[in-house]
Amino acid sequence: MSWVSIGSITDIPRRGARCVETPIGKIAVFRTAEDRVFAIEDHCPHKGGPLSQGIVHGTAVTCPLHNWVISLETGKALGADEGSVRTIPIKVEAGMLFIGLVVTADRAA
Amino acid sequence: MKLVIIGNGMAPGRMLEHLLESAPGRYNVTIFNAEPRVNYDRIMLSPVLSGEKNYEQIIIHGDGWYIKNGITLYKGHRIVAIDREAKTVTSDHGVVEPYDKLVIATGSVPFILPVPGNTLAGVLSYRDLDDVNAMLLAAQSRAKAVVIGGGLLGLEAAAGLEAQGMDVTVLHLMPTLMERQLDPAAGYLLQRAIEDRGIKVICKANTKAIVGDKKVEGVELADGRIIPATLVVMAAGIKPNAGLAKDAGLATNRGIVVDGGMQTSDPDIYALGECAEVGGHVYGLVAPLYEMARVAAAHLADEASAAAFVHSDTPTKLKVTGIELFSLGDFADGEDRHEIVLRDASAGIYKRVVLKDNRIIGTVLYGETADGAWFNDLKKKQVDITDMRDTLIFGQAYQGGAPLDPMAAVAALPDDAEICGCNGVCKGKIVGAIQAKSLTSLDDVRAHTKASASCGSCTGLVEQLMSVTLGDAYNPAAVQPMCGCTTLGHDDVRRLIKAKGLKNIYAVMQELEWTTSCGCAKCRPALNYYLVCDWPGEYADDYQSRFINERVHANIQKNGTYSVVPRMWGGVTSAKELRAIADVVDKFNIPTVKVTGGQRIDMLGIRKEDLPAVWADLGKAGFVSGHAYAKGLRTVKTCVGTDWCRFGTQDSTGLGIRIEKFMWGSWTPAKVKMAVSGCPRNCAEATCKDVGVICVDSGYEIHFAGAAGLDIKGTEVLGLVKTEDEALEVIVALVQMYREQARYLERIYKWAKRVTIDEVRHQILDDLEKRNGYYERFVYSQKFAQVDPWSERVSGLHKHEFKPMATIGMADAAE
Ligand SMILES: Cc1cc2nc3c(=O)[nH]c(=O)nc-3n(C[C@H](O)[C@H](O)[C@H](O)COP(=O)(O)OP(=O)(O)OC[C@H]3O[C@@H](n4cnc5c(N)ncnc54)[C@H](O)[C@@H]3O)c2cc1C
Ligand code: SF4
Ligand code: SF4
Ligand code: FES
Repeated sequence: MSWVSIGSITDIPRRGARCVETPIGKIAVFRTAEDRVFAIEDHCPHKGGPLSQGIVHGTAVTCPLHNWVISLETGKALGADEGSVRTIPIKVEAGMLFIGLVVTADRAA
Repeated sequence: MKLVIIGNGMAPGRMLEHLLESAPGRYNVTIFNAEPRVNYDRIMLSPVLSGEKNYEQIIIHGDGWYIKNGITLYKGHRIVAIDREAKTVTSDHGVVEPYDKLVIATGSVPFILPVPGNTLAGVLSYRDLDDVNAMLLAAQSRAKAVVIGGGLLGLEAAAGLEAQGMDVTVLHLMPTLMERQLDPAAGYLLQRAIEDRGIKVICKANTKAIVGDKKVEGVELADGRIIPATLVVMAAGIKPNAGLAKDAGLATNRGIVVDGGMQTSDPDIYALGECAEVGGHVYGLVAPLYEMARVAAAHLADEASAAAFVHSDTPTKLKVTGIELFSLGDFADGEDRHEIVLRDASAGIYKRVVLKDNRIIGTVLYGETADGAWFNDLKKKQVDITDMRDTLIFGQAYQGGAPLDPMAAVAALPDDAEICGCNGVCKGKIVGAIQAKSLTSLDDVRAHTKASASCGSCTGLVEQLMSVTLGDAYNPAAVQPMCGCTTLGHDDVRRLIKAKGLKNIYAVMQELEWTTSCGCAKCRPALNYYLVCDWPGEYADDYQSRFINERVHANIQKNGTYSVVPRMWGGVTSAKELRAIADVVDKFNIPTVKVTGGQRIDMLGIRKEDLPAVWADLGKAGFVSGHAYAKGLRTVKTCVGTDWCRFGTQDSTGLGIRIEKFMWGSWTPAKVKMAVSGCPRNCAEATCKDVGVICVDSGYEIHFAGAAGLDIKGTEVLGLVKTEDEALEVIVALVQMYREQARYLERIYKWAKRVTIDEVRHQILDDLEKRNGYYERFVYSQKFAQVDPWSERVSGLHKHEFKPMATIGMADAAE
């Protein structure tokens, strides 16, 4: 896995998200009201809605298409719904954000 | 497999609910209904007649339900023939539909006395909503009405007509009222109570003819008396509606003969409801029909455990407010029978229990019916009552020593005691649902168990059960909380925001003690709207609390692309505008361009990243956002009015444009769609909008509270105003009143129903000071609202919304 810099934490509004285009698809990067950051696939387990466009509350996001609530910590759907998305490692260093990507050789080729 | 159902009454409605649960997707369902409407609670027609409820409140399955379940409903189609060879049915409008399985549920037809004059105008029966509407119309005259038949239906009709201000006489052939359900003593008490309301009752009245020339003028009795009337309601009984089945060659007797599995003499055809005859019985109350529905659904679902229908007595209750009456089983006198009677003349109470071999076989309760469920339970279970014989008649509360209070009595009922007779729901099921699903409101219990969802006479019992089960947690007046983050309802939150002067979301959450740190996707958009509405100019809109559509000012589509709708004032456009749109479509490769129902042009399939550039180009051509995504003013549709149309009475296009230019940009609790038609031909379809105007020679008729989505509802008339200026002022004030009072996501028609049409009319039309206040506040808030969101964003606002924060290539990732 390699850590890739994606920008500064202030590029994302509090209780908001931005997305990052990567070779393995779109990744949604979230910043909560308390400045915690999370990264998950930008693809709702229900019907693929763009989670980066949802409303962020606590450490969860509500999908803009049909209101599933997805935990940012685990990537799992909360409440009665079942499903999950992949979480991506993310770290903050001196205000800069890095996500951890694993790209296998055959993928990269 | 294709399942076709003839008739869309309460019985097949319930059958479908079971079937959708046990075998979803097994059948492709088509229903034909002679009545031009969805399935409603026929039992509740009496409260509609008396004015205690309206039609919307008694709908069981709204249009949305059929859509959601993929069921085709032909409203107003009567099936005229069944071809069993070809396995098809044919409707009176010529639709021919093939079936694999057919269900006949044609109900009953009212029995019309075969006397001269029975077809005169003004002679009605009492069976469906059309009958009720006709009676309500007739009642406006406040004239005289005669109801023929002193049974359940007749008395409910009489009480309803009396409540509507008519002078009512009930004619009954037998010596006492409801003689099939009541003994003479109770019949007498009932007659007194009916007469106390000002309804005249004539028993032993043999109708000879209905007199009148074209229209009803009166009813002539065999003894020569003539009772004057302009309305005659025949409620002398019902007959199973088995004609269609008989013509098709199915076995019929009094009704359509079916076996214990609801199968007719043709194995592919089932019958249920009032039209069906099983084991020699036909039925006229819903409880056994719902049992038939359960059985039929189990058979259609091929359930191995499908049980056969068993006959049971159903208690009768009269739904006339203020009269308590309960009757069950058999109570004729007989050698081998004993009775226990309790009378309390001053309290108007009469109770009688009929016993055979120390077991209850019949019960009549008048004046106090709370023990009905208990007696029903004892009878059903054939309990030997020898030990409690002395206290039996006093009811459950007196068993086992000291009298119990009503709560304790309910608590003491066994789990399998029937609480809701109509739906056959027992205590255990209700308590179980309350506990397992954490139900806290009566509506929830109705939704999950169906208890108290039909005739409603067990509502008191259900509420007591809720108290017993939930203890203090049950508060019947409790409001539905806004969401899981608070216990407060929308109305309280709105009130407190004003009263405490709360001016941002964090203040609201802190002061009103939200249980989460930053709310959820339900409360945040609502709070944001309330603050925007209540503190114009002071509150800074919190974009992170808006749904994505309102954040990027476009509509998200299922694949994550967006659609953009530029504003076309009043639906009028020009060559220049169309050219600009065409250029944008070419430049950005927009896949779909579509004309909307609101007279606009929609460009679909735009990538989010392209939005600002699309807007920039549209902006150069003079377009602003069409707010097609907003909980706000969407569109004002117009017709061409006096500009072009030979029928036009006013400049409808001009007024529509003026309204739209005045009101665009305002946020509202839910979307607001308007229309202006130039004459009552109504080409702009103004009478199903949130707000509509119909121009007439004498001015402008203002309409509101219509709906044409999941619900369909014609508008209410607010009133007529003389000038265009006044029309604008009234509409603005109306919308501001709605903005200030409604709950988030509540459309105008729902809000208006809650606060009542009269109240809106009063505040907007009669109270000029109020109207002015609303108008002024709207105008003030528009100062801050009328900014084109597109041009703001073209000039760089919220850039972060539209671009990825980073794009990582293969090389970066593989480092
Ligand atoms: C005013 C009133 C008060 C009542 N009060 C009570 C009460 O308090 N308690 C109680 O238990 N019961 C009560 N009932 C009785 C109860 O409403 C009925 O038993 C029940 O609605 C019958 O249901 P169903 O499905 O068999 O028939 P219905 O509900 O009558 O439905 C039959 C439907 O089939 C349609 N239809 C008929 N022929 C055709 C055809 N050829 N093609 C297409 N469609 C056709 C009809 O238009 C009708 O809509 C009351 C009834 C009325 C009228
Ligand atoms: S509503 Fe009346 S005025 Fe308008 S186009 Fe239709 S007919 Fe003409
Ligand atoms: S556009 Fe409207 S009617 Fe059509 S599928 Fe979507 S929600 Fe349904
Ligand atoms: S796609 Fe996310 S809730 Fe449906």
